[in-house]
Amino acid sequence: MNINLTLIGQAISFAIFVWFCMKFVWPPVIAALEERSKKIADGLEAANRASRDLELAQEQATKTLRESKEQAAEIIEQANKRANQIIDEAKEQAITDGKRLRDSAQSEIEQDVVRAKEALRSQVSALALIGAEKILGASVDQKAHSEIVEQLAKEL
Amino acid sequence: MASENLTASSYIQHHLQNLTYGQHPDGTWGIAHGAEEAAAMGFWAIHLDTMLFSIGLGILFLWLFRKAAKKVSVDTPSGLQNFVELMVEFVDQSVKETFHGKNKVIAPLALTIFVWVFLMNTMDLVPVDFLPHLASLLGVPYFRVVPTTDLNATLGMSISVFILIIYYSIKVKGVSGFVGELTLQPFGKWMIPFNLLLEGVGLLAKPVSLALRLFGNLYAGELIFILIAILPWGIQWALSVPWAIFHILVIVLQAFIFMMLTIVYLSMAHEDH
Repeated sequence: MNINLTLIGQAISFAIFVWFCMKFVWPPVIAALEERSKKIADGLEAANRASRDLELAQEQATKTLRESKEQAAEIIEQANKRANQIIDEAKEQAITDGKRLRDSAQSEIEQDVVRAKEALRSQVSALALIGAEKILGASVDQKAHSEIVEQLAKEL
Repeated sequence: MASENLTASSYIQHHLQNLTYGQHPDGTWGIAHGAEEAAAMGFWAIHLDTMLFSIGLGILFLWLFRKAAKKVSVDTPSGLQNFVELMVEFVDQSVKETFHGKNKVIAPLALTIFVWVFLMNTMDLVPVDFLPHLASLLGVPYFRVVPTTDLNATLGMSISVFILIIYYSIKVKGVSGFVGELTLQPFGKWMIPFNLLLEGVGLLAKPVSLALRLFGNLYAGELIFILIAILPWGIQWALSVPWAIFHILVIVLQAFIFMMLTIVYLSMAHEDH
């Protein structure tokens, strides 16, 4: 086995190959590998974050739903209460109105009664006078007897 | 076989002979015919087949990976990109497990070593006579297709790694720190010569063992393929198929070991004791 110039030739070509590999082969490939692993890590992290966000959103949604349900129930309750109140008020109003109407009607009736009695009384006195005139056959001095007649009418 | 009247030993020798280009002792330049002529050329000769296949496979590796790297996409990786990413991620993981400092060179270096050595080793699975026979038809007398069975190739890489070890040792610890590491341990300052001997051997053993391990494994593997190829053609498959299947493991393992040890040595160079 001879050691000769081939040794140096090999060393030189080896050096050139290593240099070429170092300059043009290794960096792009390793950069791509690193970028891919970074991408994958980012993707996983994003997925994690998304699922966490989803969980939060779901929680928020249930909370909102529960709150709105409570609110709706409250509103319905209030409305019911208000309706009852309005009905009560209306009833009360109706009762008072009716009472007032009845009272005024009654007083009117009473006034009418009084007025009728008055009219009747005056007419009765006149009738009594006419009757007495007829009975007596003579004219009675209205002026002289009006006092009596009046007293009569009052007694009626 | 290359020719009919070849003996077994000359066949083996023929297969273990690199296509060596250099200066003959008589002053002319040309291809060495035979091991003696190649040895006579001394240091200033070059193995054309080793260089051709190692550079060719290195360019194949870089071309493939560059193709994937150019249109790399983060979201939808294609088939080739998946393969390249697999390799890069595997190497990156290995580097990160072993080396904890910051160094932009080590990971690409490890990737280059792994893929390149793997491709060079894979040439071992090509039937031993296939490419040499094709080459002989084209008039090329010797043709070894597995660069990692050439000690020059493995030593060339391991010495480059060794230079990096020394470079980073000095860069991280400073000259005094590096010298101190070599001389002041394990036995303190009164045993400096002994320490230096011990640490020096330890340091030099790194590239040597790195190169010899890969070379030895692949050389032995190739030799066994050549031995199997000497057998009568009818029974060759019974041995070559199991050996090739087992060899797939060796190929990957040796490439991985070379890469891993490089990372370990370089991370040791970065650490203060």
